[in-house]
Amino acid sequence: MTLAAPRDGYGSALLKLAKNPKVVVLEADLGKSTKSCWFRKEHPERTFCVGISEQNMVLVAAGLASSGYIPFASTFAIFSERAFEQMRNGVCRPELNVHLCGSHGGMHTGEDGSSAQSVEDLAIFRSLPNMTVIHPADDLSAEELTIQLSEYPSPSYMRTTRNKVPRLYEDKIEELKIGKGVVHKKGDDVVIFACGIMVARSLEAAEKLSEEGIHATVIDMHTIKPLDEELVIAKAKLCGCAVTVEDHSVIGGLGGAISECLISKHPIPIENVGVKDKYGQSGKPEELMELMGLTVDDIIKCAKKSIKRRS
Amino acid sequence: MITNMGPGTNNNPNQKNSLEVAKKCREHILRMTSWANSGHPGGSLSAIDMLVCLYVERMQVQAEMPKWEDRDRFIMSKGHASPGMYAILREMEFINDDDVRNFRQLGGVCQGHVDSKWAPGVDFSAGSLGMGLSFGIGCALAARMEKSLRTIFVMLGDGEIQEGQVWEAAMSASNFNLDNLKVFLDNNGIQNDDFCDNQMLMGNIEAKWKAFGWETKTIDGHCHDEIKKSITWLDSIKGKPAIVIAKTVKGKGVSFMENNPAFHGAAANPEQLEQALKEIYG
Repeated sequence: MTLAAPRDGYGSALLKLAKNPKVVVLEADLGKSTKSCWFRKEHPERTFCVGISEQNMVLVAAGLASSGYIPFASTFAIFSERAFEQMRNGVCRPELNVHLCGSHGGMHTGEDGSSAQSVEDLAIFRSLPNMTVIHPADDLSAEELTIQLSEYPSPSYMRTTRNKVPRLYEDKIEELKIGKGVVHKKGDDVVIFACGIMVARSLEAAEKLSEEGIHATVIDMHTIKPLDEELVIAKAKLCGCAVTVEDHSVIGGLGGAISECLISKHPIPIENVGVKDKYGQSGKPEELMELMGLTVDDIIKCAKKSIKRRS
Repeated sequence: MITNMGPGTNNNPNQKNSLEVAKKCREHILRMTSWANSGHPGGSLSAIDMLVCLYVERMQVQAEMPKWEDRDRFIMSKGHASPGMYAILREMEFINDDDVRNFRQLGGVCQGHVDSKWAPGVDFSAGSLGMGLSFGIGCALAARMEKSLRTIFVMLGDGEIQEGQVWEAAMSASNFNLDNLKVFLDNNGIQNDDFCDNQMLMGNIEAKWKAFGWETKTIDGHCHDEIKKSITWLDSIKGKPAIVIAKTVKGKGVSFMENNPAFHGAAANPEQLEQALKEIYG
């Protein structure tokens, strides 16, 4: 299985988008990390480095968007949070199509420690009207979804990740569409809704479950907002119990979105795999995933618990 | 697309006299806040003379085509001075008397804080202080990429520059050598709770902007001759951003509002309105 970093998909997408002269890129001293540096190298005249000033960056992007440009701005996921109110009041409220990318999201960020491990970004940006929130599972889907964003009629927040993860979209790229979940495995005992790096882990969990005769559906919910409610409800009806899986707080992210949808449309048992309302610490990514309950075994346990609650 | 011909080409189609327009605007400000029994008359009255001179004598905008791509931009970053903005937009015929009458009312285009989604002629949705200068930088970078002659004007408040983002933007604007970005600072000395000096000692404001790489000029922000000369001066600055620090009086033109922190965010009652209008038209 090929391994690649989702953030690289963002960088390569910007290069492909460069043929559109209206595409502009903004950085806040982390272009080398988010991979917008690739665009900067090729198109310095359309790249604006604003130094370490995320709030400024978001409004500069808004000004460009209001003048007919398509700005892609990036920083670390954690620092995108610093510009939350700028995204709310300066971007989403006036409906300016600024595309903000936060890389290095989640516990998987590892050694930099708790100050860098954004596990609330999806939750806060999901709360904004007019917003689209995306968290791709691999580099190929990050690239494709970034390209789609350039023509998508809303502002957006996309979380990418630093570490290499398995490629899942070698043969499925054409199935990707903003706002539509992608079914990676079919089964009718339990449905696992996952996003980001947890999609690959969920598939691994599903393989292990099938060895025990438990057949899980695994869906990549790369778009957390707008939520693909049609698919969520259909799979909830098919399986009757669910698990949500994310490298993010259990409060307000994918788990929150799925729960909010199903509680009113088709209530079923739901178990959440995610960070349980706490901060991380420094450590190797896998050590942190273990500490925070984000392993394949945690997914398996939650799947079984969800099935048990159904019956 | 109609091309913006740059500074000096405003044809002041109605040959309006800026002093007369300013009186009328003050009346709008006082009436709309009084009718709504809310809003921010003080900072609107301090800013209005600059707004009037800009719109009457300098800016290239078209009421019948408010979204004209190559128009000059006016970014009211101190978005609570919306009555001032709506007053000049009414005089320039972007909005009508009904719009002004419905200031702060449900469904009205004249929202409490200026909002580009609601009112024609409003280029920036403000209301949260400190964001407009960054937005102006984005507009100025866009104009430069297009080799357009359009100018981006931004109005900041003095309380507003306590926001850190303003200084992120100040640094960026000179970093990008944005000479199509022109700022007016409404230095009225009063903010929401009290006099600025009692809230935050800001020291030498002009020196701060200079230190951030800006060309600066201090004027009397109510003297139309000085304002008009400062606009010409702004247009003459090349290679860097420029700011006019306008010494103003909060509540200017109404004796009981002048330099009175109570009228930052409070309207005149009906009796006060009558007195205020007498003073304006003296």
